[in-house]
Order: sequence, then C-alpha cells, then structure tokens
Amino acid sequence: MIVEATGLHKAFGSTKVLDGVDLRVAEGTVFALLGPNGAGKTTTIRILTTLLRPNLGSVRIAGYDVVREATKVRGVISLTGQSVALDDQQTGRENLVMIGRLMHLGRPAARRRATDLLERFDLVDAMNRRVKTYSGGMRRRLDLAMSLVSQPRVIFLDEPTTGLDPSSRTTMWDAIKDLVSSGTTIVLTTQYLEEADRLADRIVLINGGRVAASGTTDALKSQVGGDRLDLRFAVEADVARAAALFDAPRGTDPLVLGIPSDGSAKHLHRVLDDLRTAGVPVVKVSSHRPTLDDVFLSLTTTDRTSVQV
Amino acid sequence: MTTTAVHGGARNAVSDSLTMIGRSIRLSRRNVDTLVMSIVLPLLMMSLFVYVFGGAINTGTQYINYVVPGIILLCTGYGAASTAMSVADDMTSGMIDRLRSLPIRSSAVLTGHVVASIARNLLSTTVVIGAAIAMGFRPDATVTDWVLAAVLLLIYVLALSWLAAGLGVIAKSVESASTLSFLMLFLPYLSSAFVPTNTMPSFLHAVSENQPITPVIETVRGLLTGTPTGNTGWIALAWCVGLLTCSFTFATWLFRRRTHG
Repeated sequence: MIVEATGLHKAFGSTKVLDGVDLRVAEGTVFALLGPNGAGKTTTIRILTTLLRPNLGSVRIAGYDVVREATKVRGVISLTGQSVALDDQQTGRENLVMIGRLMHLGRPAARRRATDLLERFDLVDAMNRRVKTYSGGMRRRLDLAMSLVSQPRVIFLDEPTTGLDPSSRTTMWDAIKDLVSSGTTIVLTTQYLEEADRLADRIVLINGGRVAASGTTDALKSQVGGDRLDLRFAVEADVARAAALFDAPRGTDPLVLGIPSDGSAKHLHRVLDDLRTAGVPVVKVSSHRPTLDDVFLSLTTTDRTSVQV
Repeated sequence: MTTTAVHGGARNAVSDSLTMIGRSIRLSRRNVDTLVMSIVLPLLMMSLFVYVFGGAINTGTQYINYVVPGIILLCTGYGAASTAMSVADDMTSGMIDRLRSLPIRSSAVLTGHVVASIARNLLSTTVVIGAAIAMGFRPDATVTDWVLAAVLLLIYVLALSWLAAGLGVIAKSVESASTLSFLMLFLPYLSSAFVPTNTMPSFLHAVSENQPITPVIETVRGLLTGTPTGNTGWIALAWCVGLLTCSFTFATWLFRRRTHG
C-alpha cells in the first residue's frame, strides 16, 4: 500500500471535519475520494500531502510518516490543488523550470523536463507566452504539468475538473489515464460520480467526515442492489396484486413496482408470463441499472443524521 | 527514466532561496504597476517637493539638499509596501500550497519577496539620487559617507520589507495587505523628512523626534550634505537593527504559524 491512513481525526475549533477516516491505496491505481461539498475531502488531501497535521491518526506515504518525515514525503508526491497555482507573469516554461529547480533537478535537467512536459501537454506553441494569456483549459494542463516535473510516485488531484467545460474535462481525463498507464498512483477528489466511475479503480465515499462506503465501482453499485425491473400498472389495485405475486415491497411511486432481476431476457419472460397467468395487466416495463448516483444518494441521505456532531 | 534528487541540506536551502529570489525579481520586473511605482513615483515626489512645496519651506539651506534623504525614505516605504501585496498574493492563492508540498523550506518564498524588494528599492533610490543631481542636488559626501549611508538605508529597507512580508502573511487578501502597509507610507510625513520638526505642535514634535525615521533621515542627510549628526547615527542604527530583528522574527513566526496545520 503506497498510501495508508489510519484513524484520521481533524477539528477546526469546535467543528469536527474528519471523524476517523481510514484509507488504503495500492500502488499504480486510481483512488477517488467522493463526497458532497464539506464532506472533508480537501481536509483529507491536505493531511495526506503534509499541509495539515491530523489531531489523531497517522498517515504513511511510500513508507514515510507525513508528520515526522514530511520532507521525504514531499519528495515522492505532488499536489494539484483546487485553485490553479501558477505565476501569471511568468511564461509556461519559466513556471515549469522553477518547479524543477525547487525539486533540485539541476538547471539542465529542469529545462529538459520542462520541454518534455510542454510537448506532452501540447503547450509548446504557448511556452514562451505569459500564463496570463492562457485559456482555462491551458492553465489546467500547465497546472497538471507542474505536478509532474518531479516524476512523483503519488499524485494528488483536488477536484481536477471542477469548472472545466466538457471538452477540457475529457482532455483532463485522458491525461490522467495516461499517467496511470505509466504506473503512477493517483488520488483524486471529486463531486462528480461520472468522473469517479470513469477513472477510479477504488472509490471511498466520504460524508460528514466519515467513510460512508468504499470499494470498487462495481462493488459499490451492487451494494445498492443489482439490476431491477420497474413494472408500471394502470391502477393501484394491480400494483398490490403484483406485489403479492412477486413478494416485492412497494416503492415510492404508487403505480410502479420494482422487482430484483438478473437482467436476463429469461427472467423478463418469466415475469411477464406470471403476470399474464395471474391476469394482472402491465402497462410498461423498464430495466434499471443502478448508477453511482444511487449509491451516493442512498448513502448520503441515510447516514447524514448519524455523523453530524 | 527516474531522476533521483537529494532534498534538504544547506546547499539546497541556498539554491531554493536563489530560485525564489529569481522568481520574485522576474515578477516585479513584469508587474507594470510596481515598475511604474519604482521609477515614476520618485520622479514625481522629487518634482513635487522641490518645485511645488520647496520654495515655501524654509529649512535654512537649499531645500533640495534638505529633502533628498526624505524622498529616498518615502519611496522605500512604497517599495516595501508592495512586498506585503506580493506575499499576500502567494498566501491567498494556491501557490503557497504548491510550494509547501515541495521538499523545500517554504519560507524561501518570503526571502524571495524581500530580496526583490531590496532590488526595487535600489532602483528607486538610484532614480531619486539621479533626479536630485539633475535638479541641482550637490552632495559633498566622501566615498565612506556614501557607503555608510547606503548600509544604513539597506538595513532600514530590510527591516521595512520584512515588516511588510509579515503584514502580507496575516492579511486576508491582497487589498487588506495594501491597507495594512499604509502606516509605513505615512510615517515619513511625521518626521523631519520634509520640514524641520521645530515648527510642529509640541505633541507632534515629540512624536516625530522619537520615531525611527527622523534619526535615519538626519543621519543620511548629515552623511550626504555634511550637516552635524552628533549621536543620531548610533540612534538610527539601533532603531534599524532593532526593527529588523523584530520584523524578521515577526514575519517568520507568523509564516510558520500560518503554514503549520
């Protein structure tokens, strides 16, 4: 495990932000911290990247303790924060060389590295222009490039695509996928389920400073149930008869009955046959696959009361 | 290919500071406002005091010879005040987190801004002296006098710049940093910079005689134009060294407190 956090607690004054968070990230994987605003995502990232000390608990990154061996940790990680951290009055190239120098690469190596990254992020044409002339998407790309100067083993990305237009977002996702294929470990936070679904091997859902759920995207989806058939009827009496027939609980919509399914055509046939035999007319059938949204909603709504302090 | 670099140690600390100094100087050079402030303001101030107010102020000497040290100190105040704004800019943007997540001593960011401030002040002081000479300033200082004046001014500017850096660390925004540093700009007016203090009401007279800027100005004036300085040189030095010690401690302590979660 390249990142191991155990029992993280953090409070600012009387406000509890983290209330016992455990995380384990395997090397070479993408790990997403998912949660609504104020869940404690950024605080967690700040602790993992040595910017903030936890009140309780410990973190080891690549075997180094984030509090006692902060300099060593900083040598193997990089952070791209929520707000783009670039000098507007320096050129793209100067920004990159500066970071290279601060990572103690030596001047020629820092320059070479800057050139490589400018090529990789398609910024060569703009490299000698000041960053203040860059578009939003270019700034994000340069910001990510800044994180890669040191060839870090773990990259932390705090909401990497918040505020980006859809095409810049896709570019960013591709860049992140490229990193993973070269063996880098990525820890990212996001509010977007789609982003976590697309990128992450494992997801931890945090809410109110606690881990509400964790696992692979598939495991999380199956946690809220597998596929489901939604049967719509014309009158409530039919819903009641169908519910008795399949021994299924009634849902929130009075005219719809949801029943568990394995998603196969065979199962669908059997359900329809049973309904015809029993003489219950069904109006409409739809099959429903759970999304991460379902996971998110079910967990953030049911758990909220128990974690508020 | 992986590059392994060694972090920490004295050599890296020096190289980190140099990198940050290079950055801050580059940023100052490219910031049009700061640059105008460093060049145009000294010229405006010189013209204003020499040609507009100067004729009406009786100092017992050529006014231009009297006022040059005051203008130098006034302009250093402006030069140092912009340090507060650049530090606040780093502290309130994502930049400070990026720098802190690197394996460097992050206070190098303050060193960078302070040294850039010295460079800006060197420029504006040169402009003031050049303009003064063009307007008729005739110093009768020896090389030693010039060196002593330069050393005293350097310590003074360092003290002000560290103070400004500290204000930049506590400021919640760039705007409030600029407000906080206002006092530094106001103090020279309450000194013997532009008028002899003996015409001020007794309360103000006491304030101006006992604030740090008056002895610094009297000393610089004495060194450049040969007016008697008595022991003001030592008083000025004591003030400057004392202020520097306090402002450096203040700034670095605040920085540590703000950046250690």
